[in-house]
Amino acid sequence: MSTTDGPTLIPDDSSAQEIADREAKMRRRKGWFPGLSDKWNALPRQTQWLFLIIVVVIAYLLPILNPPLITTEPGNNWQIALAQMSVYALIAVGLNVVVGYAGLLDLGYVAFFALGSYTSAMFTSPDSPYVHIPYLWTLPLAMAVAMFFGVVLGVPTLRLRGDYLAIVTLGFGEIVRILATIIPAMKGQVGFQNVGHPPGTDSAGQTIFQNSNGTPWYWLTLSIIIVVLLAAGNLERSRVGRAWIAIREDEDAAEIMGVPTFKYKVWAFAIGASVGGLSGALFAGQVGFVNNQKFDIATSILFVAAVVMGGTGNKVGAILGGALVAYIPLRFTAIAEFKYLIFGAALVIIMIFRPGGLLPARQSLLAYGRLAYNKLRGINGDIPASGKVVLQSGKGADK
Amino acid sequence: MISEVIPHLLHSVPTDDTWITFDVNALSENFWSSTFDGLTFGAIYALVALGYTLVYGVLNLINFAHSEVFITGCYGVFFTLSALNFGPSAPRLAFWAIVGNLILALVVAIIASAVMAVIVERVAYKPLRQRKAPRLAFLITAIGVSFAIQYTIYWWRGPSPEAALTMFRPLPIFDVFGTIIDSQQVVIVVAAIILMIATDQFIRRSKTGRGIRAVAQDPDTATLMGVNKERIIVTTFIIGGILAGAAALFYVMKIPSGVQYNGGFILGVKAFAAAVLGGIGNVRGALLGGLLIGLIGNYGQVLLGSSQWTDVVAFVVLVLVLIVRPEGVLGSSLGKSKA
Repeated sequence: MSTTDGPTLIPDDSSAQEIADREAKMRRRKGWFPGLSDKWNALPRQTQWLFLIIVVVIAYLLPILNPPLITTEPGNNWQIALAQMSVYALIAVGLNVVVGYAGLLDLGYVAFFALGSYTSAMFTSPDSPYVHIPYLWTLPLAMAVAMFFGVVLGVPTLRLRGDYLAIVTLGFGEIVRILATIIPAMKGQVGFQNVGHPPGTDSAGQTIFQNSNGTPWYWLTLSIIIVVLLAAGNLERSRVGRAWIAIREDEDAAEIMGVPTFKYKVWAFAIGASVGGLSGALFAGQVGFVNNQKFDIATSILFVAAVVMGGTGNKVGAILGGALVAYIPLRFTAIAEFKYLIFGAALVIIMIFRPGGLLPARQSLLAYGRLAYNKLRGINGDIPASGKVVLQSGKGADK
Repeated sequence: MISEVIPHLLHSVPTDDTWITFDVNALSENFWSSTFDGLTFGAIYALVALGYTLVYGVLNLINFAHSEVFITGCYGVFFTLSALNFGPSAPRLAFWAIVGNLILALVVAIIASAVMAVIVERVAYKPLRQRKAPRLAFLITAIGVSFAIQYTIYWWRGPSPEAALTMFRPLPIFDVFGTIIDSQQVVIVVAAIILMIATDQFIRRSKTGRGIRAVAQDPDTATLMGVNKERIIVTTFIIGGILAGAAALFYVMKIPSGVQYNGGFILGVKAFAAAVLGGIGNVRGALLGGLLIGLIGNYGQVLLGSSQWTDVVAFVVLVLVLIVRPEGVLGSSLGKSKA
């Protein structure tokens, strides 16, 4: 029976019961936080904003609160740990655009991170013979440089099947490290010291953005994350975001439906690369020292692990994953040595047992918004007139 | 501001430019020696590339863990030869004793690699196939397995390379255009080519080979025709493992101090580049691609003046091939190769 034949049937008792059963089944979602997402979506917008503001305020207060049990002290300075976690979270948000939204596996994301770090270092460090510009100017510059290389690398490879991208980006990640070693201008292992920082002194005349003080760096990165999140959220809901998700789900179908897949893949890759560059510049500023030792492929796999752990395609999940990947080795210093082993194995286990990650992405009907989504799923009670017909076809299929 | 920056940039580039040369003279002087060396490396790449190409042909998956299958074989060689009292200097043994020891090491390496390949398939890929996971999930799992194995080895053996082992002292055999070809190069290239021909014939002529080609062409139809798909997939992984084990012996022979936890990884990327260059899924293409990558890498290294350029050159070649001829030199399909 199809949706096109016959007049609409009025539900009798048994089919009404069936409607209720189906709804209950739909509500009983698999996962560790059953129904949380539905409850959240059912809240009015104002309440959602209120909750978000509270969460953001708590996030900003974290370095001052230094909550016991959660804190990484003793062992690692909590403020600096927070700064690193925030950089990883930003990386994960950027990589999530590439891997999560567009479904392109970028295994050399560390290359863009490195490009950002080196851009920042070479234009601010006294060790560099080049022209010096204020640190904050290097942030957009780092984004531009990373984006440029993202396009240069993406244009030849994104026309091909997706898995070639994985190996090409992997090679690129390694090449950037090798070039940083052999090109004298990039100073190899010696590196650049005293990378710049944002201006400003406190009332006592001390520099605010010191390498030993993570708090201002954490606040800066957190603010940038919020801006990037808002931008990424808007992109996700726009035509671009819908195109990405269409490409991720079925590239051929997307192409047939008129999505210029190549163009949007390059966009995703370039936007991801620029966020990688930005986070690299922030990292360089916070640590204050850049050399070729920090940008190996293993770090790149940690970034992928961050996105996959958090939930591919879910920006909140990406933040959580990024922060966790940085946090776990700092908090549990006993296992820090094995972090690559742990996160490598975690990738396999997550892919097999929980492919959605900690916070799985909701991937349906972004185009029509929450209301239409709830209507179609029949959550808000009243089933649309056509719903019964849909149900009838479902009933036929069941029996 | 830009007008200020650019002249400054140009002038302040360090004058010490020995990091990159474009020394055509060096290349023409060392042409034959780098050719023979390149072919030797190329033969090793080709053997590893076969493992990538077969798995890619059957499962459409870049098996990132294949480089770890290879390095497992290297450790097999290392432990066997260490147990047989091989050391940094060439052993004082009779010819046949050395041959016997090397064959023993080869067998151990092949078993180690094949077992590792089967473990990877069973633990990581089979559950995903059963759950009908998307392609991205397979790729992420592959890289995850690769890292888990790498850092398990790291945890066990530490970051530094194992002690060097010399298997035999290379003896000069031929003199070609004033360049000496030694016994080591001959052994590696000849053995690799024999193995490649054997694999090629196996895929083309044997019943299992026909099954592999059938699954590569159309898994569902192959299953309907009575091919046991799961068994074919495991067989493919085993063949890849056997070839990686053989490659491991030659690799340790060529680079005695190359046994290291991440020693296989970049070699794996280059071998994959070789597979793509020859045409992924194409057995003969893997041989051609491997030899080409070996040659191009070595020429690039001599031309540009540092051994670190080998990887860069191989990578650039990969990208160029993908732009110009993504199906590779010989075309890419395991399924279409004629019986």
